[in-house]
Amino acid sequence: MSEKKQGRPEVSIASKLIRRVIGYMLHYYKYPFILVVVCILITAIATVVGATFPQTLVDDYIVPMLSSGSRDFSGLARDLIQLACVMGVGVITAFTYNRIMVNVSQGTMLHLRDDLFARMEALPIKYFDTHAHGDIMSVYTNDVDTLRQLLSQSIPQIINSIITMTATLVTMILLNPALTVISILTALVMLKVTATFSRLSGKYYIRQQIDLGAVDGFIEEMLDGQKVVKVFCHEEAAMADFHKVNEELRNSANKANRYANLLMPVNANIGWISYALVAIVGAILGINELAGVTVGTVITFVGLNRSFTNPITQVSQQINFVVNAAAGAQRVFDLMDQEPEVDEGYVELVNAKEDENGQLTESPTRTNLWAWKHPHKAEGTVTYTKLEGGVVMDDVDFGYNDDKIVLHNISLYAKPGQKIAFVGATGAGKTTITNLINRFYDIADGKIRYDGININKIKKPDLRRSLGMVLQDTHLFTGTVMDNIRYGKLDATDEDCIKAAKLANADGFIRRLPDGYNTMLTGDGSNLSQGQRQLLAIARAAVADPPALILDEATSSIDTRTEKLVQDGMDALMKGRTTFVIAHRLSTVKNSDCIMVMEQGRIIERGTHDELIATKGKYYQLYTGNFAD
Amino acid sequence: MKNILRQLKQYKRDTFLCIGLTALEVVMEILMPFITARIIDEGLEVSNLSAVYRYGIVMVLMAFLSLTFAAFAGKNAASASSGLAANLREAIYANIQTFSFSNIDKFSVPGLVTRMTTDITNVQNAFMMIIRVAVRAPLNLIFSFAMCLLISPRLSSMFLIAVVFLVIVIGSIMVVTLKIFNQVFHKYDDLNASVQENVSAIRVVKAFVREDYENQKFSKASKMLYDLSVKAEGLLAFNNPAMMVAVYFCIISVSWFGAQFIVSGSMTTGDLTSLFSYIMSLLMSLMMLSMVVVMISMSLASVRRISEVLDEKADLTDPENPVMEVPDGRIDFNHVNFSYKHGSGKNSLSDIDLHIKSGETIGVIGGTGSGKSSLVNLICRLYDVDDGSVCVGGTDVRKYDTEVLRNQVSVVLQKNTLFSGTILDNLRWGNPDATEEECIEACRAACADEFIDKMPGGYHAQISRGGTNVSGGQKQRLCIARALLKKPKVLILDDSTSAVDTATDASIRAAFAKQIPGTTKIIIAQRISSVQSADRILVLDDGRIDAFDTHENLLKTNAIYQEIYTSQMEGGGDFDQPA
Repeated sequence: MSEKKQGRPEVSIASKLIRRVIGYMLHYYKYPFILVVVCILITAIATVVGATFPQTLVDDYIVPMLSSGSRDFSGLARDLIQLACVMGVGVITAFTYNRIMVNVSQGTMLHLRDDLFARMEALPIKYFDTHAHGDIMSVYTNDVDTLRQLLSQSIPQIINSIITMTATLVTMILLNPALTVISILTALVMLKVTATFSRLSGKYYIRQQIDLGAVDGFIEEMLDGQKVVKVFCHEEAAMADFHKVNEELRNSANKANRYANLLMPVNANIGWISYALVAIVGAILGINELAGVTVGTVITFVGLNRSFTNPITQVSQQINFVVNAAAGAQRVFDLMDQEPEVDEGYVELVNAKEDENGQLTESPTRTNLWAWKHPHKAEGTVTYTKLEGGVVMDDVDFGYNDDKIVLHNISLYAKPGQKIAFVGATGAGKTTITNLINRFYDIADGKIRYDGININKIKKPDLRRSLGMVLQDTHLFTGTVMDNIRYGKLDATDEDCIKAAKLANADGFIRRLPDGYNTMLTGDGSNLSQGQRQLLAIARAAVADPPALILDEATSSIDTRTEKLVQDGMDALMKGRTTFVIAHRLSTVKNSDCIMVMEQGRIIERGTHDELIATKGKYYQLYTGNFAD
Repeated sequence: MKNILRQLKQYKRDTFLCIGLTALEVVMEILMPFITARIIDEGLEVSNLSAVYRYGIVMVLMAFLSLTFAAFAGKNAASASSGLAANLREAIYANIQTFSFSNIDKFSVPGLVTRMTTDITNVQNAFMMIIRVAVRAPLNLIFSFAMCLLISPRLSSMFLIAVVFLVIVIGSIMVVTLKIFNQVFHKYDDLNASVQENVSAIRVVKAFVREDYENQKFSKASKMLYDLSVKAEGLLAFNNPAMMVAVYFCIISVSWFGAQFIVSGSMTTGDLTSLFSYIMSLLMSLMMLSMVVVMISMSLASVRRISEVLDEKADLTDPENPVMEVPDGRIDFNHVNFSYKHGSGKNSLSDIDLHIKSGETIGVIGGTGSGKSSLVNLICRLYDVDDGSVCVGGTDVRKYDTEVLRNQVSVVLQKNTLFSGTILDNLRWGNPDATEEECIEACRAACADEFIDKMPGGYHAQISRGGTNVSGGQKQRLCIARALLKKPKVLILDDSTSAVDTATDASIRAAFAKQIPGTTKIIIAQRISSVQSADRILVLDDGRIDAFDTHENLLKTNAIYQEIYTSQMEGGGDFDQPA
């Protein structure tokens, strides 16, 4: 967790963010939310009516009855029944807004999560390269949650408080403007105090988040190397270092909470002092019969005064939630506002058939023949090109950033069905080249053609669908083994999947799993070995049956026998397809149609195995293990 | 729960101070409406200004007293809870330090990090809440009720009805919702797992054009979470109206009966207003209690996760009278059986009987899962054997002081780590007192000197976290140098030169032979070339010794060795050399 990420936004930005969250909510729940506000309004009025009733009770019934000695309670009974009705409405509206708000806040969360996820899926690979996965995750786990707090608690609470305060204030002014002045002064003092303490605790909250980040970083690094710590008996030194960062965090957490804890009691007690003031001033006015104050007025007023100041105390408790939510919203919207992958392609991949003239036409049903449907705007015609898997790279340059080019002048020709191998040191740019073909990244200069079509013109999903990929790091998904194979082609039958598994040499080990093809895989297939995962990835690519393939060999060492299985699986898969293979083992390379030797982003040698051996260049050195340097 | 509270230690005082001060604050708060009644009855009703002044001033004083108590309670609550959190983190970290390898294997690093940050923060907040509110609410409840009884025993029965009503309604809502909330947490975990999966496998998703498919999958999971949450929170929506019903019931009944009592002279107007105040605080404290229940139950999951680590007992302990010296580098395995999960019946090593002389160089070769790493990990007692014994220098490893043993048996782990700091800092893990010359010498032996010299700052160059600014081969060489600085009697390299090119690999081995001839060297490797010059080579297969002989003899007699040899000679080699 970086410091920047943990920081809190400025007030002006914060309010803009909160407004955006509310805007997002209104987009989906405008009418329910209006209903909520109306219900809160009615509830607040009922509350105020309830709070003012003691005045009616004392002034209209108790005092006259005491002086007249009358025992007729029928008027009071009538009033109480009326009051009960008003209160009943208040209870119903209170329930209504609480219940609607559940749907509104949870529904907004639902839309937010789905939107966030869909946006994330649409982001270019580059985003995932440049952002720590932990940070992306934390948007879902921590940040979205802060918004839930805001929507379900803080916003209704604040609206309620504002309405109650306004209603109370109006009542107070109607009742007695003179005494109202005291209440307003109290409220101002409270607001000032709240602002001061919030600023102080806010300052330390930021410190706390920074220190928490430091502790987080320390633990992550040290626990990652915990086995090394053990082997070197470094435990005590590690403890001492940890104590230092931990103490910092304790300190800032202590201070942040200390100020935050002050807020409520200070406000509550200012409320009491104000109560005493109202009572004293009210008594002076009442006894001297000034400003139209009666005993009943004072009694009601002390009550109203509390209803007026209580909301401030309640809102002050929400302040931290709101500020946290603003920080959360910043990160949520930051992810949402990322530019999605641009796709300006218009060439589509369609099922095709040959008509009697041998011409390709589009077929509405599934055929085993695929074609590129290429509309030509200028002439208004459509041409169909057979999908074969030929790839041409023409003088391609590429850099992850515009200012740093990592691939230079890459040119290559892969005829349909050919096998092209890339070899070279880690970081020479082998994986990068393959990522350009399926447009995980866009080239800076030059041209890549697929079956003679510039890949920029092909719709990305169609381009990628035509290219199978087996990545170096195998990723599997939670689900059964069968589900994972079917990932390659969602409408594949069980038989198709098993056939693919057999082709990939995966069938044998799958059948030995506890539930065979129905074995559940969890945690990225952590219950399988590296080699087995690789075999599944090959099966997954096999079931997709693409005309072209990109294979990135696993670097991690798997044992010789599994390696043989993986190797055979790959060989079977490569048959009849254009294949780009990033090889780490010599055995993979030998029978390639062309071998590209890469060094620092350039192709330095190319040719078949025999040709390259004869040249006695870099390939020869790598192959024989004789290092000149 | 208990083991969490045990970590309060020096903050017990703050905790009790907080509770005591909160109690005092509650007393003040409870007395307030009592004073307001006096103001009304003795001041306003009988037009006695001096009584209004007197009680008004008493009230202001009490407010200040209450504020002081509350402020100090808050301060103590902050220091107690942040202290508890700090102690918990320290305790967890200290306990992790005692963990053996098999303990470490049980927990994932992200899991431990979450426990030490998010979970502990949850506990910290819950604890603060509890010592402030969980004390306040019941006290408030009891005092308010007592005051009600004092003012009007007859009307108190009304409150009792309201309280019983609230307890039943809120209580039953709580019981049901907490159950649903538990499911919600599970759904939440699943949802997060699916995000995690997509983030790390984004290339697979994009390569297969499965964005829409994943979106649908996510929406479905997200909708399930929504449905459950709405169900739980929809029930909670009854809380507030129920509270209002109770309050309104009290207001109406108190108004009705109160008016009659006052008219008949058995109650005062002031009493009536304080009754109204007590109703509020009584019912408020019930609400607070229900909130605390939610807080506690939500933090219980965190408590459980923290306890898991705190309660984990290290499964390797030092003997009572440990042997403090390792005489030489002799290693004996006496019919060793070993499994990572005891009693699983799946042995990682079976009946290993092996005797290595001091100063010998031993190569170890075999497929993944053949038990190579398991074998060497037993030598420095990273794990304990199930049966048989492992002896170093003629003494069972379990009899040694672990630190002494590990200082003499130096392992370069397969999955190795460098830490942020300078190169020298990292090297000195091997020996904190090593001079710069000694460090340079070790680097020379490990062939690390050439690239260090080229780095800006040389030996003072910064290594970034996890050693990401050096290549795999450079990292391996630094790790070897670090292990050499221990000047061990046994040196174990667990596949530690896999990313180093063959030529450098050879010169490292040559340096070993020259500089540390007396040290027993055990080299695990995938490449035949790394082990073929060893005195003897151990071939492991499926946790058993398949052969133990010289390169020449193995080539003649051992099938597995021949297979590996031919596959590598026929171009099974590795292109992935550092540039």
